[in-house]
This record gives sequence, structure tokens and C-alpha cells, in this order.
Amino acid sequence: MQSTDKKLARFLGVFSAALGVPMAFMTRRFLRFIGIEETPQSVLWTRIVGVREHGPAIGLLARERPVGWLWARVAGDVMDLALLGASMRQPKERRMLGVRLRKRQPDRGRQLAATGGVVATLGLDTLAAVSMSRTDKQDPSEGPEHVKSAITVWRSPEETYSFWHDFTNLPRFMAHLESVEPAGDGHSHWKAKAPLRGTVEWDAEIVEDVPSRLISWRSTDGADIQNSGTVRFVSAPHGTGTEIHVDMRYAAPAGPVGATVAKLFGEEPQQQVEDDLRRFKQLIEAGEIVRSDGSPEGTLARRQAKQRPAQPPKKPTASTNGSQS
Amino acid sequence: MRANVWSGRNTVQVENVPDPQILNDRDAIVKITSTAICGSDLHLYDGYVPTMKRGDILGHEFMGEVVETGKGVGNLKVGDRVVVPFPISCGNCAACQSGLFAACENSNPNAGMAEKMWGHAPCGIFGYSHLTGGYAGGQAEYARVPFADVGPIKIENGLPDESVLFLSDIFPTGYMGAEMADITPGDVVAVWGAGPVGQFAIASAYMLGAERVIAIDRFDYRLAMARDEAGAEVLNYEDVNVLEALKEMTGGRGPDSCIDAVGMEAHHSHAGLHAYDRVKHATRQESDRPHALREAIMACRNGGTISVIGVYGGFIDKFPMGAVLNRGLTIKAGQCHVQKYLRPLLERIEGGEIDPSFVITHKMGLDDAPKGYETFKHKEDDCVKVVLKP
Repeated sequence: MQSTDKKLARFLGVFSAALGVPMAFMTRRFLRFIGIEETPQSVLWTRIVGVREHGPAIGLLARERPVGWLWARVAGDVMDLALLGASMRQPKERRMLGVRLRKRQPDRGRQLAATGGVVATLGLDTLAAVSMSRTDKQDPSEGPEHVKSAITVWRSPEETYSFWHDFTNLPRFMAHLESVEPAGDGHSHWKAKAPLRGTVEWDAEIVEDVPSRLISWRSTDGADIQNSGTVRFVSAPHGTGTEIHVDMRYAAPAGPVGATVAKLFGEEPQQQVEDDLRRFKQLIEAGEIVRSDGSPEGTLARRQAKQRPAQPPKKPTASTNGSQS
Repeated sequence: MRANVWSGRNTVQVENVPDPQILNDRDAIVKITSTAICGSDLHLYDGYVPTMKRGDILGHEFMGEVVETGKGVGNLKVGDRVVVPFPISCGNCAACQSGLFAACENSNPNAGMAEKMWGHAPCGIFGYSHLTGGYAGGQAEYARVPFADVGPIKIENGLPDESVLFLSDIFPTGYMGAEMADITPGDVVAVWGAGPVGQFAIASAYMLGAERVIAIDRFDYRLAMARDEAGAEVLNYEDVNVLEALKEMTGGRGPDSCIDAVGMEAHHSHAGLHAYDRVKHATRQESDRPHALREAIMACRNGGTISVIGVYGGFIDKFPMGAVLNRGLTIKAGQCHVQKYLRPLLERIEGGEIDPSFVITHKMGLDDAPKGYETFKHKEDDCVKVVLKP
């Protein structure tokens, strides 16, 4: 799901953090490492640069398409080159009681290596910034989060459509929904579990509704999670059932930071939608959410990353649909 | 209850674990009367199947008595004697509806994991890693059987456990191996591996009209069973060059069909060639050692069929695709769709055509499972098949 430019941006975010922390908090050791003489100015500037590095670290890791932060890194690299150049001038001679003193000889090799590193980083930052700016122009439609998934179900379009159209059924297969209450006239009230926030709620309305073919919805103004989606029901070839195509866009709680937090919990939006569709298929075909000892709640991305041993649990765990004992 | 759990490479131990409970309406709980160690359990034991966890209950060949049923299980009642097929299959999806039970689209709750490894997910399997669902297995006193209204077959004829237990896996697996081999009357069929599945593949090849069946193995006692019990001609690959011997035995053509009943941990008579794959396998540079499969492909007559029922887990090396393409070979493979074969094969047993108990060489209590694994793994004491009695 993640494109190369997103991966590169994330890598640079981690890189910023890895550089910024020692610069800001272990400044003297850092200076020795890159072979720059410790002077009050060099220590001060290194600290400033170290603190500055935290900005892109947070920005690049938290934002989905951090084009601005990437260009900020390019500017930062240029500033760093200038500072390095200034500090590499021959250190001033110091005299004490007429004797020439040189406190700690700066290491020319280390200085050149550090400069080389910054030049290489500048190249990488420019590449990432240019590439992400370009893809942004190519696909202006890409929202904060955009997920697509499809599954084929051995049931007619009429049956799958009407199961889905009864929104009170959605929490039975969408693991993160607690409830959906119809409010009449195509409106409904949604409640979902959110990482670190307990629950989030919003109102949604149906925008388009073609029986046995398509349902399109979007959250109404002021929703905690702005979202919209379309589910299409397409007859599968050879009469083998219905292809269900889901296309959703949403801004997660607290913007992109929320999405990152959700990912820390092992719940990629893409994986979530795929799992939800698997549970939909299980429910409509087999009549129940399939549960094993390793995954007692049923199909769940977070559980797949952290399986229970395949032996009976001491107490039965509630399944994700909550309808079984 | 007592159960045999995996606790790391080359280690199983019998422990007290919680009793299984009904979790879904279509579940049943079975009190196990007989369970067996499968050759594919050795792949788990040897640590060659990823996604095993300490504490996983092993075992996918078992039978017993129904002691509890969920609301949705109308066909079984408490007290029924049943054999449980190893694939867990919903019976409702397109795959199950067309008889491909091992490809069930619903029964693997860890489908996402399996998709990363295999592209798409196969069915859930009892006691067979978390890639196939993370289900507790049947080397235990009790087991929870999901989709009990579809899988288990009732045994009402009073046949002993030993004669019907292998309907759970190895008899249908051997039979499907012969069926996939496209045997027509008069064919010569070669079977790599004279383990339990190989024995049933040989017997099934004859049932399906083969004129001659040739068994290939390195253990004389297993070859003797293939010859005396299943009626095969035999080749010990440590004594003869298999490709030359098969040419000689078939007038230079090669066998019409070749069945690989060995799978991922094959051996090779040539020490150097064996070492090559052994090292790559042990260091995880290839997930499977495909000697038997390579040889089956090279041996098969032009236009013939290779049927693969030995278990493979991932990726193989030095695959002779040139032979497959240039000589027009067909390769078929699959985990057995056991549910499809239960009824017809039970009828063959009832009709006296075959008594599958001939493969059993060892019977022991469930508590002796660790000893059973060691004996079976090292082919000690002429071991072919171990049955455990909880």
C-alpha cells in the first residue's frame, strides 16, 4: 500500500530523530564524533540544529504526504553545510603566558566525512521532496486516507445489498464499529472504538442508493471522523455470486497523527477494510464469524500480529461481532 | 485436559491445558478416542513450518465421541462416534460448494497472514501452525470442531477406530494423490515415499486401474510393507539409480504418472546433492527440499502427470521447469479435500476392499506422544504409523 516516496519520507523522519537527539542532548560527544572543535559557538549552533531536527522528525512521521517538511529538510541541509564550512576554518591560535596552545586538534578526516554525509543527505532529501511534489500533482484526488478493497461472496447482489443496506448489520462485521442507529431519511448515527480516545461518534447520510447495485454515504458536517465511502455490488462471472467493491476515504481522529497512532496499534486502514470484508463474507456465507484459538475474536489484523497459542483460552473471548456466547 | 503441545524445535510435551468450549453455533466438542501422528506433524516438529507458537496443541488426525453440540449442529448428537477431517471447511463458500474443501474461503481467521506467504489463503487446519488459522489440534483429550455440521462423518458400523481413523487425512490424501495422477487402466504409476500416505497412494492407484505401481523409498521395512500389503514393486534409492531403474522397468518410457508422497524434507542418495539442499534448508535459504519432486519430474514419461501430495510450505530451488515445458508434463497438487472423499472411502472400507489399519506399527498412550514423535522421526523400531490413545 505504501508507495516508495512515502517510505522514503518515513525513513528521513526516523533519520531526523536519530540525528536530532544526540545533537541536542549529547552535543559535546557529537562534536567530537564529527571532528569539530568544541567552542561555545559550535556547541550552541549544534544544539539549535539538533532541536530543529525534531521538527521534520515529527512532521515526516505524522503526516501522510509531508511535502512541506521535506523541502524544510532541504533548506536545513543547506544551512548545515554553511555551518560546517564556517567551523572548518583553521581554529584560532590561543596563547597563554606566551606559549602556543591548541586545545584538541580537530580531525580533518572526520570533518570531511561529516560534510560528505550532509551532501548525501541533501541529495536524498531533494529526491524525496521532488518526487513527492510530483506525485501530489499527478494525483490531487488522494485524500488523507483512501482505501479500496474487494471480495467475492457466494450470494446474489440483491441479498448482499440488502444485508449491507441495513446499517445496523455493519457492526456485526466491522470490527471497530460499536453501533449504527438509523435516524430516518437516509441519516444514521455511528459510534466507533478509537485508539486512545474511547469512542468517536458521527452522523452520516446516504448520498446515492441504487438497489442491488450501489450505496454511497458520507459523514455530515462537524463529524469527528470525516469520511465517505461507496460500496458497489457487481454480479460475479458465471453466476458465482457478487463482487463487493469498497472505496472509502476518511480523515482519522486528530488528523494524520491519529492515523499514525492507529498504525502503531497494528491497524492499517487497508488491513482493517480487508478484514471487515472477510468477516462480512463469513457472516453472510457461513452464518458466523470464524474463530480459532489463535484468533478467538475472529479475523483481526492486530491479533494476527500477536497470536494466542493454539490452545483453548481459559475464558471464552467475545467475538468481534459480539453476537456469540 | 491433557494435550500434546509444541514447545520449540524438536520438542513436544504433554501438558494440562483448559478444556475447549463451544464458541460458535456450528461447533461441536469431541472426546477423542484415537489420534495419530502425521508425517506432516514432523515438519512442524522439525521447525520447518513458520508461525508455530509455543503452546500450540498439535494433531490433525483424530476421531472420537461427540459430547456437546452448538445450536447450529443438527446432524450430530451427543454420543455419536465421528471421524473428523483435517481441513476445517464452512461448506457454504464457492470453493466448498465445488468440492474444494481445503480451499475454503472462510475458515482461516488468519487469512491475511496466509495471503502474504501464499498469495491467497487456504482453509483452516487443526493443529497446523497459525498460517492455517491457529486452531488447537487433536492430540488431546478433547477438541473443538468448528463447522461440525459439515466436516465429521458418523461411524455407525462398529468398525474399530484403527480401521476408520485414517479417513481423517492419510487415506483420502493418498487416494486424492492417485486420483490427481489421471490413471487410466494399464498405466504404470511410480510413488515416491513409502510412508503412510505413500502406502495409501499405492493401494488407491490400484483401485483406480493402475497395472503396475512402483514404490521408491530408502527404508527396506517400508518398502516391504509397500510390497506385501499394498502390492507394489519396490526400488530402494540408496541401492539403485532411480531414473535408470524406472527407464529399465518401463521400456525406456518412464512411468505414466508419478506421485510425490514425500514433500519438503526429502533425502537424496547422493551425499553432495543432499548436502546442498540440506544446508540451504537448514539455513532457511530455501523453505523446502524438493529432491523427490525433481526426480519425479525427470522420471515421468512425455505428456505424463505429476501428482504432488507431499507437503511443501514455501519456495523451492532448482525446479526443472524445462523438463515440464518441453516434455508437456502436467503437475497437480493439493491439500486433500477430505470431506469429499469421506463417504466413498468409508464405503470401500465397509465393503472390505481395504483395511487402512495395516499401516499402524505403534500404539501408545497420549502421554507417550513425545516418545512417539522421536520414534517416528528417526524411523526407529521400523516405525510407519503411530496411533495415540488419550
